[in-house]
Amino acid sequence: MELLMEEISRIIPSGQIFTSLADRYSYSYDASFGSYLPEMVIQVKNKEEISSLLKLANTFNIPVYPRGQGTSLSGGPLPVNGGIVLDMSQWNGDLNIYPDDLVAVVSPGVLTATINEEAEKFGLMYPPDPSSAHVSTIGGNLAENSGGPRGLKYGVTKDYVIGLEVVTPEGEIIKTGGKTIKNVTGYDLTKLIVGSEGTLGIITEATLKLVPKPPATKTMMAVFDDLVQSGKAISKILTSGILPAKMEIMDQFSIIAVENYQPLGLPIDAEAILLIELDGHPLAIEEEMRKIEEIFTEFESVRVKIAKDQDEAKSYWRARKLVSPAIVKIKPTKVSEDATVPRSKIPDMFQKLKEIREKYDVHLVVFGHAGDGNLHPNIICDKRDTEEMIRVEKAVEEIFKAAVELGGTLSGEHGIGTLKAPFMEMELGAAGLDMMKRIKQIWDPNNILNPGKIFPEEGQKLVLRE
Amino acid sequence: MNTAAGLKDRLHYKETFNCVQCGYCLPVCPTYETMKSEVHSPRGRINLVKMLAEDKIKAEDLREPIEKCLGCRACETACPTSVQYGKILEGAKEVLENAEQKSRTQKISESLIFDQIFPSKRWMNTIGNLSWFYQKSGMQKMAQRTGITQFAPLHLGKFETVLPNLPSPWSRQNRASVFEASGSRKVTVGFITGCVMDAIFYETNRNTIDLLTKAGADVLIPQNQTCCGALHAHAGKIKDAKSLAKRNIEAFEKEKVDFIVNNAGGCGATLLEYGELFKGDEEWETRAKNFSSKIRDISQVLTELDSLSFTKEVNGMITFQPSCHMINVQKVKEEPISLLKQVKSRGYREMKDKERCCGSAGIYNIVNYDDSMEILDSKMKNAKNTNASIIVTSNPGCLLQMKLGIQREGLEKSVRAVHLVDLLVEAGAVSKSLFY
Repeated sequence: MELLMEEISRIIPSGQIFTSLADRYSYSYDASFGSYLPEMVIQVKNKEEISSLLKLANTFNIPVYPRGQGTSLSGGPLPVNGGIVLDMSQWNGDLNIYPDDLVAVVSPGVLTATINEEAEKFGLMYPPDPSSAHVSTIGGNLAENSGGPRGLKYGVTKDYVIGLEVVTPEGEIIKTGGKTIKNVTGYDLTKLIVGSEGTLGIITEATLKLVPKPPATKTMMAVFDDLVQSGKAISKILTSGILPAKMEIMDQFSIIAVENYQPLGLPIDAEAILLIELDGHPLAIEEEMRKIEEIFTEFESVRVKIAKDQDEAKSYWRARKLVSPAIVKIKPTKVSEDATVPRSKIPDMFQKLKEIREKYDVHLVVFGHAGDGNLHPNIICDKRDTEEMIRVEKAVEEIFKAAVELGGTLSGEHGIGTLKAPFMEMELGAAGLDMMKRIKQIWDPNNILNPGKIFPEEGQKLVLRE
Repeated sequence: MNTAAGLKDRLHYKETFNCVQCGYCLPVCPTYETMKSEVHSPRGRINLVKMLAEDKIKAEDLREPIEKCLGCRACETACPTSVQYGKILEGAKEVLENAEQKSRTQKISESLIFDQIFPSKRWMNTIGNLSWFYQKSGMQKMAQRTGITQFAPLHLGKFETVLPNLPSPWSRQNRASVFEASGSRKVTVGFITGCVMDAIFYETNRNTIDLLTKAGADVLIPQNQTCCGALHAHAGKIKDAKSLAKRNIEAFEKEKVDFIVNNAGGCGATLLEYGELFKGDEEWETRAKNFSSKIRDISQVLTELDSLSFTKEVNGMITFQPSCHMINVQKVKEEPISLLKQVKSRGYREMKDKERCCGSAGIYNIVNYDDSMEILDSKMKNAKNTNASIIVTSNPGCLLQMKLGIQREGLEKSVRAVHLVDLLVEAGAVSKSLFY
């Protein structure tokens, strides 16, 4: 270690190397579960530093974990085998918009929301909008292929990346893709790197596609007495020729939790609330909103409200925003899942979740991105209560099973990380998972880059207890 | 109680579990922005408190991260799960305070500051009077010219140059304890004069009374009131903070008032949290809660009474630097701005990130001078971008800090900092009833 320290201090300025116990504990966690103490934390600010460091780590066999601002819900940046945490968050100075090319070129530490803010100055938009966009770095979003409410209409992070600069685990600096929308030269390594959770390379620059910013938005709130009806309404809208920008759902447990937390006058006897946002030309969305209203008249027991202005729209979205703070008032620990099913299976998934809630007697709340099948079943519990956490673990396992059986997936937008690794074979099969493993072995022969993620250890199980 | 469990209690270990480590506090934390590492973020600090409670680190590992915290509590406003960061911070300060092996001189000077000066009206008056003497006698000019103050310990010289002109001792002593509403009385309020406000910003207090009476309030000033204890609580001296709080509660219980008004954002926040301070104390918790339920900032009362007109034009563009504790703890956000918009001026222009702490933070700018100046410099950049020539604040510490910022930027000729109350008086506040 001493020899290594000497080598590191030759390539990294001393102010960027943290070794105190307080510093190490401060990079031992993310927004998911578990805490792992790294040997040191290094803040990097250019590709040469990263390249030299990875060459060194590869020689000495030291694990390296890239980290943005630690908002991961799947354990992406956790230093599970000790080693070096690479804090990329301070490399946030480069953000250039090229309005004529409709692209942005960014360094990995830039905040996701900042990219959109800058794009808006040119009448453009960077659509991916994870709810943590004002905290999360683009590097982290790229690694995890993050989504967000706008995923329904606009897709997720991977749909907006056309070029990358990457440092490989062996320290080589490569470029993938480019600045053009069309590009079929060779394998699409860009798409391979995006969503690889920092296991194949460290992204040092990204070229992102921008789209024209829609001039107007309109918001509707629909209250359903019957959950199954709301599922049918979602399908009906999506097949009517209208594609909303966002379509969010809150189940009865979320509604009650919000009302208890901050009374907004939500109907607590309703089984679901749908929030729909349309964007586009003002006249077009006016017309589309009328059409949606018409569709709703076919359903019984639904009440519809359309926001007159931005302030009223904001007050509707406030209800959805308050779900998270409201539910943790019940109990402090929040196990937030993002299992995703084909849209037509949303009602079935709700039924399954209801059964799981009763079977394991857990406080299960469901909200999320109904329009794209990406529900967020959240279990509210207390991680100090071992007996309860064992039930929670079983419930989570069953949620994954249900999603996969319905033709869905373990994770829509949070990533696999440490938590979902044990379930990979269930979704991909042994051969499918093995192909992924082989790719990892070729890119990272010494397994130094973000080890312990995506791929399960022999006999690994989901553990949420500390 | 065994000591491990005792330590967990004092560190509010249970409260740390309410943090889900989402990181939403990072972008609003001034020290995370300037110090650029997770140990200087709210999430990092909460985690370290938890680690100390679990005996994974030592108290000394926690000291720097806690001491560098401004205590602005912007993180509480940003927190989606309502973690009570202020409580965790004060618990950590108390534990560190007790763990520290202090030198004899440090003990004596601290005891002088916290036990003698801040609670004592006489001391505060003396400081005010000495400052007045110092300014009027020409010593200030001489000291400034010779640069002596630059060599003063703790950079006090820097702050000394931005102190306001003080009234003579004669007018200071002359204040009666009841001021009647001009015109018909709408409410009766008690006024917390605040120790620093009363000593150094006496004029502002006089203006506060002036505005309140013009707005239709009878103003009572109980003479037994004392320092609110904010600085004591923030330094981990909970016992002292409690005994000061008791004196204030007793002083105001004797008076029949609708509201208890203050004009210092930081004090207001502490007064509002007396209930929290006495949690679990059967007798005092109720009394403290009664007291706290009446606490209002001056801007709240003036907005609610809505009885003032502003007759004189103020020359310049106005911007507002709110006090952190006023917005993050008292949750008073709109009232000062709506008052400022009523003033005839060249307009009100909002500062980018105005909610971000200016780096004053109690005595932070004295004990962590360099860190504080880095935070101030980024604040001044935003202030300059507004092109405002009047920076309005609502707390004495912020006011001094903004004055210092103006001086650091060399803008003394074109920009000034002023307390909200003073600007309202300057803008010719009169009772509306005179017109109708």
